[in-house]
Amino acid sequence: MRIDGKGMINRSMPISFRFDGREFQGFQGDTLASALLANGVVLMGRSFKYHRPRGVLTAGSEEPNALMEIGTGARKTPNVRATVQEIFQGLQAQSQNRIGPLHRDLLSVNDIFWPFLGAGFYYKTFMWPRRFWEGLYEPIIRRAAGLGALSGQPDPDRYEKAFAFCDLLVIGGGPAGLMAALTAARAGADVILADESAGFGGRLLSETEAIEGKPGAVWVGETLTALAGTGKVRLMPRTTVTGAYDGGTFGALERVGQHLPAAPDLPQDCFWRITARRAILAAGALERPIAFPMNDRPGIMLASAVRSYLNRYGVAPGQRVAVFATNDAAHWTALDMMKAGITVAAVIDSRADAIAQGDYRLFAGGQVITTRGRRALDGVAVRYGSNETLVKADCLAISGGWNPTLHLTCHTGARPVWEDTIKAFVPHKGAVPGLTPAGACTGVFDTAGCLAAGIAAARDALTELGMTAPDIAPPEASGDAGTGQALWYVEGKGRAWLDFANDVTTKDVKQATQENFRSVEHMKRYTTLGMAPDQGKSSNIAALAFLADATGRGIPETGTTTCRPPYVPVPISAMAAGAQGKGFQPERLTTSHAATVGRGAPMIEAGLWYRPGYFPAHGETTWRQSCDREAGMVRNTVGVCDVSTLGKIDIQGRDAGAFLDFVYTNTFSTLKPGRVRYGLMLREDGHVMDDGTTARLGNTHYVMTTTTAAAGHVMTHLEFVLQALRPDLDVRVISVTEQWAQFAVAGPESRTLLNSIIDTPISDETWPFMACGLVAVHGVAGRLFRISFSGEHAYEVAVPARYGDALFRDLVARAEALGGGAYGMEALNVLRIEKGFVTHSEIHGRVTAFDIGMGRMISPGKDCIGKTAAARPGLNDPARELLVGLKPVGAVKQLTAGAHLFEAGAEPVRENDLGYVTSVGFSPALGSYLGLGFLRNGRARHGDTVKHVDHLRGVETLCEVCDPIFFDRDGGRARG
Amino acid sequence: MASLIARFPAHGFLPVRHGDVILSEEIPEAITALMPYRGQSRALSAAMKAAHGVAFPGPNRSTQKLPAQAVWTGMDQAFLIGVPADATLSTHAALVDQGDAWAVLTLDGAGVEDVLARLTPLDLRMSVFKHSHAARSLLGHMNAVFIRDGTRRFTIMVFRSMAKTACRELEEAMRGVAARQAR
Repeated sequence: MRIDGKGMINRSMPISFRFDGREFQGFQGDTLASALLANGVVLMGRSFKYHRPRGVLTAGSEEPNALMEIGTGARKTPNVRATVQEIFQGLQAQSQNRIGPLHRDLLSVNDIFWPFLGAGFYYKTFMWPRRFWEGLYEPIIRRAAGLGALSGQPDPDRYEKAFAFCDLLVIGGGPAGLMAALTAARAGADVILADESAGFGGRLLSETEAIEGKPGAVWVGETLTALAGTGKVRLMPRTTVTGAYDGGTFGALERVGQHLPAAPDLPQDCFWRITARRAILAAGALERPIAFPMNDRPGIMLASAVRSYLNRYGVAPGQRVAVFATNDAAHWTALDMMKAGITVAAVIDSRADAIAQGDYRLFAGGQVITTRGRRALDGVAVRYGSNETLVKADCLAISGGWNPTLHLTCHTGARPVWEDTIKAFVPHKGAVPGLTPAGACTGVFDTAGCLAAGIAAARDALTELGMTAPDIAPPEASGDAGTGQALWYVEGKGRAWLDFANDVTTKDVKQATQENFRSVEHMKRYTTLGMAPDQGKSSNIAALAFLADATGRGIPETGTTTCRPPYVPVPISAMAAGAQGKGFQPERLTTSHAATVGRGAPMIEAGLWYRPGYFPAHGETTWRQSCDREAGMVRNTVGVCDVSTLGKIDIQGRDAGAFLDFVYTNTFSTLKPGRVRYGLMLREDGHVMDDGTTARLGNTHYVMTTTTAAAGHVMTHLEFVLQALRPDLDVRVISVTEQWAQFAVAGPESRTLLNSIIDTPISDETWPFMACGLVAVHGVAGRLFRISFSGEHAYEVAVPARYGDALFRDLVARAEALGGGAYGMEALNVLRIEKGFVTHSEIHGRVTAFDIGMGRMISPGKDCIGKTAAARPGLNDPARELLVGLKPVGAVKQLTAGAHLFEAGAEPVRENDLGYVTSVGFSPALGSYLGLGFLRNGRARHGDTVKHVDHLRGVETLCEVCDPIFFDRDGGRARG
Repeated sequence: MASLIARFPAHGFLPVRHGDVILSEEIPEAITALMPYRGQSRALSAAMKAAHGVAFPGPNRSTQKLPAQAVWTGMDQAFLIGVPADATLSTHAALVDQGDAWAVLTLDGAGVEDVLARLTPLDLRMSVFKHSHAARSLLGHMNAVFIRDGTRRFTIMVFRSMAKTACRELEEAMRGVAARQAR
């Protein structure tokens, strides 16, 4: 029911929304919970296990009961707290965890069988027959116990991640947080003030007490204006700081579009990573419920929540309100309700010496021993002294005192400290370096105390920041927090809920102790207490107090469970924002990409690069047809291939040669300018790291080529060697991979083609095999290398990347005029297999230079990285798996990469494994499948027949072991 | 006479505007990596001043005398942007042409820090990352160079091959920020 003249909702902005298909009206500023209560809806969900009817317990993010599905279809979000979700025009909310309508949930049958469903019931009950567990019991239990459901469809909504920085992060915008932010901002500090609510002010928005003679909300408004006036404060409403991490880093979840109708580009949430030089935790406190029998009926809610609904949202959660409390502060609820014209049925105070603060019926020394009502509360049974009576009420406000919201102080490992004077845990001093708790989260519960604590904490932080704090006097406010008594539970018949969210009662905790799960961590896991989405915010402390009594220990000896991030549920979609579709990694596109895709080439990912598999010609229906044609083209006429993805590293300096001698196994200092040499690079452990060619462009200038896969790795390695291993060398390196578009032009007609585009024609005499130098390509300054990865007479021509697209198109057109054309990775692979050239399929990290037949490339005349380690006896054992070529010789002609090798007559089992196949391809030049692989003692076995077995694909082929160079063994074709 | 048509990295993607922020591509006349040899930093800086009017920048800084700008890009490394490097510099440093290696993007408008806060972990507050400050960091998953050119303008350099991804991710962030401003 709405109360006229109460609340901070905007009554001139009515909003329609739907809950379980029915249309309701609320106002701007309402949460879903307040709007439903205003419409008389108290039944908002079903409990987790027993499917008991539940209403809202709180008015904040700690809500355990009122979890709902928001939105429909792919946009549906489950387990949204109705106390947090603001309403907007067109909002659609559904209750969850039910079969059938909410008020007649078929699964409420569970509640009848509750004696069988206690803690750990399924460990004991569903033990046999054993195979029934996965097939029958588990699916049924999962269906019966649960929360909201995901749509199963990709989420079309947008989410964001972002970074923020400040001098001071103030967590919580209540009285302490506001004063801390104001103090720090006036000193000139960059402040971020985050509060999880839509409005700043904290409890001040929910209470009627005055600050400086003004209503709390008015003072909050003025303070926000003052904060804005400093120009130093970034206000982050709807932002929950979810975790405290090392180095002053905090995680925070901001609700960006959750409270608004869908807008195309507006993110739903933003997950912030905030780096703060200092932080102040002003998170306040959470009121604690009391575990009395049947304390879970809709209409039973925290006293502070009742005041929030009344004073902030202008809603009376009931017509006849009773209060069950252990402290003075809860009496305010009765006073506020009476002032609003609501009947207060009774105040039941557990303290025998409690005094009424107004004209209401008080049961001093009373306790609620049970409640009545099916889908909503209609009465409570009160025991006072030796008497019992029934009080009719449709709302029961309960308060067992307050627990400081200290969760963030535990996130880096600290445990809270029990403070007996206030019967509550408080933060451990210095729990998180740089973070100072202030106000109610330290157990200071009066407003004046909180305002002063905010100023004091800001002063400390400013001192640590080296800034001068301004003189700010705390505003005048009440210093009275009242007194209270600890009452954790009430003995009596019936279940008394500790954890509403996971349906854990005092009986469950008692049973856990009887079964010797007496440690708080064991009890938690056995009963699942505190393991629901609310993470036990309103149950953990009461449960451990109950456990302490049940085990005869004190609360401090019992200790707490561990508070871990996140403080509130964070959607994975927010934490992983951007990680969908193309968002996982950048795409690296070559300059020839558009022309390549334009020719219909399917693209293959090579690291982050995209390279063409093959270029389908008219009439070709399989990749093999294209591949065979392209390989043939290179062998017979000329082919063009973009090789820009290979790493290119510019190396300059007077010690460049010495540096290369150190990182390569072979010698480069003796290479003549204008010449290229193949090089092999080892890791420190003696295994092959990478290979490639390096060209000497000048006396002190080299350009190294790496494989595509290892380009970044090699660059890092070179930097490491220069900075850490050989700082004595005067050498400078930089990647030029992106600077040059480089194309292989390969085949007998390659020089014909090149001479048609370079300004000064070349010949064997001017440009022999392994020559390099500068050329003008269509007038553009470029580089030309006579190197070959196909074994043909071939070149690589490089131009600045801006001309790559034009040059590629031109080269391909000219190649086609000569009967050739573009070729892709498939043909490139076949051509290099024919020549026995290795790639990272072979140099995969576990092979040595000796294994691939390049042991002699480790120059005896100088040291190099990996040389010593490579000399270890085990790495030069002829019995190792050594690189060989493989040719099918039996009826089956197919070879597959990944197959294993066995003796021809041996059974193909692990014990008989002799090696494996790394690369295969069909060679149109030789009319046969060819393979490269590693075979035990392989170099001594050329001519032998072995069996190639691919257990996965079911291929078994007899092969002849041969030299890995199948084609043009003397290299005459490349030399021309 | 060159007869090859030049194409620039973000060709076809830019400029784009969302809200108050505009993303566009710059085509500097030249970018040259300058890497002073051992003990040559000061001499290089003096030669740079003489030839181009800019000193070799300190870590995370840039120096400028239009049309020349020198931007720190790593240990013993700066990029000379806007003018071809004078040949005299090669006495003191390795000079490497980087003019085709980078997509040079500018992000201009109110809220530019908000856009970048979605993609880079750099602290770009005006009080920390001031005019002419420069840094190498991440733009999403990409290695990038950031330079503050004004109170609401940044230059961002990414590898040429990643221009499409960079534009897409910057645009995505721009849309989100614009949508927030419009709500």
